[in-house]
Amino acid sequence: MRGLFKGDGGLSVLSSLVAVIAGLLVGLVVLLLTDASQAFPAFINILTAGFQSIRNFGEVLYFATPIILTGLSVGFAMKTGLFNIGAAGQFTFGAYVAVLIGVQATFLPPPVRLLVSLLAAMLAGALWGAIPGLLKAFRNVHEVISCIMTNWIGIFLVNWLILNTIFDAERNSTMRVPAAANMPGLGLGEFFQGDAIRPSSVNSGILIAILTAIVVYIILEKTKFGYELKACGFNQDAAKYAGISEKRNIVLSMMISGAIAGLGGALHFLSGAGITMNVANVLSSEGFTGISVALLGLNNPIGIIFGGLLIAYLHLGGFQMQVFGFVPEIIEIVTAVIIYFCAFVLLVKMMLTRAAQKSAAQKPPDGAGPPDSNKEGGQG
Amino acid sequence: MYIIEMQNITKKFPGIVANDDVTLQLKKGEIHALLGENGAGKSTLMSVLFGLYKPEGGRILKNGQEVNITGPNDATALGIGMVHQHFKLVHNFTVLENIILGVETTHRGVLQMKDAREKVLSLSKQYGLGIDVGKEIQDITVGMQQRVEILKMLYRENEILIFDEPTAVLTPQEIDALMQTMKGLAAEGRSILFITHKLDEIKAVADRCTVLRKGKKIGTVDVADTSKEELSEMMVGRKVVLSLDKKEANVGELILDVRGLSMKGEDGHKNKLTDVSLTVNAGEIVCVAGIEGNGQTDLVYALTGLAPISGGAITMMGKDITKTKIRERGRLGMAHIPEDRHRHGLVLDYILAYNAILQIYFTPRFQQSGFLKQGEIRDYAEWLIRQFDIRSGRGADTITRSMSGGNQQKVIVGREIDRDPHLLIAVQPTRGLDVGAIEHIHQQLLKQRDEGKAVLLISLELEEVMNISDRILVMYEGEIVANADPKAVSYQELGLYMSGAKREVVG
Repeated sequence: MRGLFKGDGGLSVLSSLVAVIAGLLVGLVVLLLTDASQAFPAFINILTAGFQSIRNFGEVLYFATPIILTGLSVGFAMKTGLFNIGAAGQFTFGAYVAVLIGVQATFLPPPVRLLVSLLAAMLAGALWGAIPGLLKAFRNVHEVISCIMTNWIGIFLVNWLILNTIFDAERNSTMRVPAAANMPGLGLGEFFQGDAIRPSSVNSGILIAILTAIVVYIILEKTKFGYELKACGFNQDAAKYAGISEKRNIVLSMMISGAIAGLGGALHFLSGAGITMNVANVLSSEGFTGISVALLGLNNPIGIIFGGLLIAYLHLGGFQMQVFGFVPEIIEIVTAVIIYFCAFVLLVKMMLTRAAQKSAAQKPPDGAGPPDSNKEGGQG
Repeated sequence: MYIIEMQNITKKFPGIVANDDVTLQLKKGEIHALLGENGAGKSTLMSVLFGLYKPEGGRILKNGQEVNITGPNDATALGIGMVHQHFKLVHNFTVLENIILGVETTHRGVLQMKDAREKVLSLSKQYGLGIDVGKEIQDITVGMQQRVEILKMLYRENEILIFDEPTAVLTPQEIDALMQTMKGLAAEGRSILFITHKLDEIKAVADRCTVLRKGKKIGTVDVADTSKEELSEMMVGRKVVLSLDKKEANVGELILDVRGLSMKGEDGHKNKLTDVSLTVNAGEIVCVAGIEGNGQTDLVYALTGLAPISGGAITMMGKDITKTKIRERGRLGMAHIPEDRHRHGLVLDYILAYNAILQIYFTPRFQQSGFLKQGEIRDYAEWLIRQFDIRSGRGADTITRSMSGGNQQKVIVGREIDRDPHLLIAVQPTRGLDVGAIEHIHQQLLKQRDEGKAVLLISLELEEVMNISDRILVMYEGEIVANADPKAVSYQELGLYMSGAKREVVG
């Protein structure tokens, strides 16, 4: 676990916390401006909603599942030097393929169908991620531009595909996937039911999300492949110098990133919570929330689990805002502010590091550095 | 009475005292050298004088009056000007536009260039700088650019002139001209601070010399009464062998054979490399000399596979490697100490151990079925640290970015030499390093040669070229214009080749 919070880990966690607290405070100001009398009870509710009942906590886990995956998708790409803003499209594409198989592949027994759904969703996400990857590697098209394009192409393509395959005109959305071909609940819903009337929506998806985070961590930190990917991300020229094919790595990195987002889409719509894909011309919010999650988790896979939980926790509080006469969108403002502060805190952190480097640059080389660097080697 | 007196300056950075109670006294009309190794605190001291850093202790006096310098504007107002090591010029502006930049005279918002032009021209004439003020910076030579920087100071009527390592980018002829200009300026009553680590130059122009070592002032001496050996001992803190102990080369078989290499320039520009042919044999050090930007970098990119070529053939040990991939060239026995250690040589955000294996991480020794062998990596890094005396805060776990330049370079040099290559391509391996580290790296290169390796050294430092090479190739505008024997050629002659004034036909 040493690698988790390597070096400036304390500073990293601190900067995320500062962002969250600052975001919450600005959120409070917005609440006060909207309706001062209800602001404080509502604010307290945002802070406590996730822990008010065991079912609420189950819901937090349920909300966290897809955004942990999109967060991992963005964070993984970021570690390799790419800004995958296309998680939304990859998420949607993966989701569609998963639902398509779930609804139509009736010739497969449900558990097998589920497995095929998940794998196909990853493949679909990977293919959708490969497009900006290939464009970046071979045509030097910035991935942000092509990702934005593939996001919209993805939405309209998926809408069109839904209309022609698994459309349920009554609900203007996809048909339902039979319960047996959804993610098994493993009794989690009941476990988190508490004394509520209905079980929680949490299901085995959260376990897959956590498992994915661990796998991503292992790939990045423990394998030769991760060594190459991160070398490319940190310094493409040095990677090339070392004979690493940076083109291949860009494509692979975008594919893996897309696969993770696609898996997120599958887990979201195969959750068994009764949600279906609507035919609407909007990008999935999970894809963009993934950027916030990755930022909060500072691209660290394990940090991203907590980032996802935190945003999910705030979202749950947001849903309950209506009780206090606020619109639930207020929580979007809070989240947005947190993200702004994240970026801001990152900037401050970067400036602090720069300042430290600048002074390091003044250090006399070869043994004249600070006292602790005078010793050869150290104990490692 | 001193024109500038910096008294007891102390400047601290986290974990390090960059200037420790340093006093520097500059007399009017003198050329005062500031000597020290890299990291000795010369730049910090000058940055304090220029108002870029605020010192924790000490004060600055001008003509006996204490002054408060909080930024470059204050420094300029006090008549302090500086020629930076990396020029601060706008490349697509003309010489004249660069000179007046920041002190433009305007009339109702319209630039008044006529007076400025006349003043610049008369200054240029007065000091024999011979500058065409209408040319754009990108079209003039580096030596000319430096004269523009000098003109900038004269135009601003600065009386205290700081030159930060001004000779690093110049040919011997240009260095001579610069020395003359400096002497002329001093004779007129201007005071010059001359930052350098080259002893010959100090002996040539400086009146007095202040030596810094590890942030402390070692002393101020009269240059005329002090020998080069004494100066270098003050600088390094121990006796330094100024000449290398070099055996005769024992030249063996042909290792690298380059024929008719050419590389196209970016659209419309002239070729980066034109018909370059060269050979390097086992047991010899072939040195490519030349002024920066004359195709040396492109030659190395072509040889190592970092950039595609448009014509010619490269053969290593009898095998055509013209189209071979970078990694494969490495496997065939090519090692490469790159020019820019931060850009190519290191992943700065990786720990030292990960940089130690940058070229060999994929070998079975360091990975098994795709998983890195952390133990092996650490052991290797620690071995390399001991072997090459690499100093760092946390050993193998040190983030490479936090290490000093010299120690970063040792990681690269150690790593590349340890690959036991047939051909070692070393590009400016001693750039930015202090005397001690340079000595160490030169010894390593000679050791490689004596062990029968072929060494191709690309260097901008003529002294290095002359001292260490067995054969010298001079590059000018992407072509090889001379193939010289270091024992038979003079600095002056090399300078003529380097500046394109002379060429021999090289086959």
